[in-house]
Amino acid sequence: MKSLEAKDVRFSYDDKLILNDLTVTIPKGKITVFIGGNGCGKSTLLRTMARLLKTEKGMILLDGEDISTRKTKDIAKQMSILPQGPSAPEGLSVEQLVKQGRYPHQSFLKQWSLEDEKMVSKALRATGMTEHALSAVDELSGGQRQRAWIAMTLAQGSDTLLLDEPTTYLDMSHQIDVLDLLYELNEKEQRTVVMVLHDMNLACRYAHHLVAMRNKTIYDAGAPDDIMTKKMVRDVFNMECMITNDPIFGSPMVIPHGKGRMADESSIRAKAK
Amino acid sequence: MKPAITVRSSRFSFIFEKRTVIINLILFFLAVFACVIGPMLGHTLLSPYEVVTALFGNGSGANEFIVMQSRLPRTLLSLVAGAALGVSGMILQGIVRNPLAAPDIIGVTGGGAVAAVIFLTYGAGLSIQFLPLAAVTGSLLVAVLTYFLAWQRGITPIRLVLIGIGISAIMSAGTTFMIVVSSAVTASQAYLWLTGSVYGASWNDVGILVTVVFLTIPVTMVFSRSLNTQQLGNDTALGLGVRLQLDRLILLLFSVILAGSAVALVGAVGFVGLIAPHIARTLVGKTHGALTLASASSGALLLFGADLAARTLFYPVDIPAGVFTAGVGAPFFLYLLFRNRHHM
Repeated sequence: MKSLEAKDVRFSYDDKLILNDLTVTIPKGKITVFIGGNGCGKSTLLRTMARLLKTEKGMILLDGEDISTRKTKDIAKQMSILPQGPSAPEGLSVEQLVKQGRYPHQSFLKQWSLEDEKMVSKALRATGMTEHALSAVDELSGGQRQRAWIAMTLAQGSDTLLLDEPTTYLDMSHQIDVLDLLYELNEKEQRTVVMVLHDMNLACRYAHHLVAMRNKTIYDAGAPDDIMTKKMVRDVFNMECMITNDPIFGSPMVIPHGKGRMADESSIRAKAK
Repeated sequence: MKPAITVRSSRFSFIFEKRTVIINLILFFLAVFACVIGPMLGHTLLSPYEVVTALFGNGSGANEFIVMQSRLPRTLLSLVAGAALGVSGMILQGIVRNPLAAPDIIGVTGGGAVAAVIFLTYGAGLSIQFLPLAAVTGSLLVAVLTYFLAWQRGITPIRLVLIGIGISAIMSAGTTFMIVVSSAVTASQAYLWLTGSVYGASWNDVGILVTVVFLTIPVTMVFSRSLNTQQLGNDTALGLGVRLQLDRLILLLFSVILAGSAVALVGAVGFVGLIAPHIARTLVGKTHGALTLASASSGALLLFGADLAARTLFYPVDIPAGVFTAGVGAPFFLYLLFRNRHHM
């Protein structure tokens, strides 16, 4: 089943071609991760799919319908987007932020329905932010802040969630925290999650479907176990590597070649115990 | 949850924060109160009773003249002009996402000023009644110019402000040039207008501005939810289904109409559009629905206070109200610059 699709999409910034007639399909109810080197167009692709950028040619289909022909508010009920490094105004509380997620469901006369109230408290619960509801977003830790923003997109009540580098600027434990949350949302509620990630190993661990991009187009797409090969890493990232299995999850793990200090054997043996 | 009142039926649902409602009511009653205080004070002090009897046409002839022909229209004009400037500033600060934005800073006031000075210099044959029309046209033209120069696949707030500041500088150069080349009489007339004075308010002026304010403010409140989401950034607002460019254009238009018509009638009073939204935010918070009303009342009371001081403190000299708003506003602007120095 497909939920979101880009068909022959072309996009350029001031005459500089970024996406060259590419086509990609996002499977419904799965986690899809876009990977690729810097400047390969993965964020741009996500942003065109989210209608933040207008395609020059081609179209974006959401459940088979061209999004450019639909009301932007109706699309917002089906698809939410978390942009890269979002910033909340100084002093805005988590609850106030999450309430904004209800915008597409509201109108001047319907500003705060029972449904709005339920969805907001559900989103706060799902992200574990209920106890922080009254805290200011800009005073939270990086990981909690990202949780608050994810709560806002959840309050939107859409089936599809697009996230542009949700783990950038977060330390390792907060990265895992955010990705675990997204994993749970997919697992429990079958939400379609599409995101751009930089870390290939985390991408392999969380994604059902990987989309590797190179040179303004799609290089390969499929399950991490199938497409994560030495050749792919060489072509997409221009890097030599060894691919092994993650000792905990068994998912493909990329170990880059290059330079570095060799550990002495006694310490390796000590760790193995 | 802060203490709030929720009103719901099958057709509508609203939520109001209690504190916000109370503060807005207090501000509103202060403005009503000003309508009695204003006519009381002046060279001849009147009692509240004398003012009220004059209002209902039962007072003495002299009192009725003072209240109905001079002090009341002047009080009302300062209140509505202040409200218009306050809301205009709030809209601009909202779409630009910067607390330093104001109609005087992005050139709306400057455009009105140039048009007014041109009118005073070259429009000798025309009745002075057309001055407001010239000023509001000037404001609109400059706003349109700024908007088109800032356009690049849509409007970004930062481009709007930077281009506005540039245009504003050109406008003030133009104003100075016009004053230098015009006659001494025209120049002093222009200076009075440029500083901003509520002197010589007529019922006609009051009528025009009341109409503008009472048509524009409710519609601004309809767009207040869009303004709230815009505070989260362009991408988030677009993702939530806001028609960003359209909403921005409409809001900008309202801001220009409000500031343009206020400036056209009371002159280039500065800083009310900058300060009023700040006062309002500290009182009722950052939600734009409540903020619209609070900005209107704060602006109204600010300009009323400035004009009251202007016409009573140095009697018989009637000082332009703009001197007082600038006296308070300019240091406040510097304070804001200082406080925001890490965010610029």
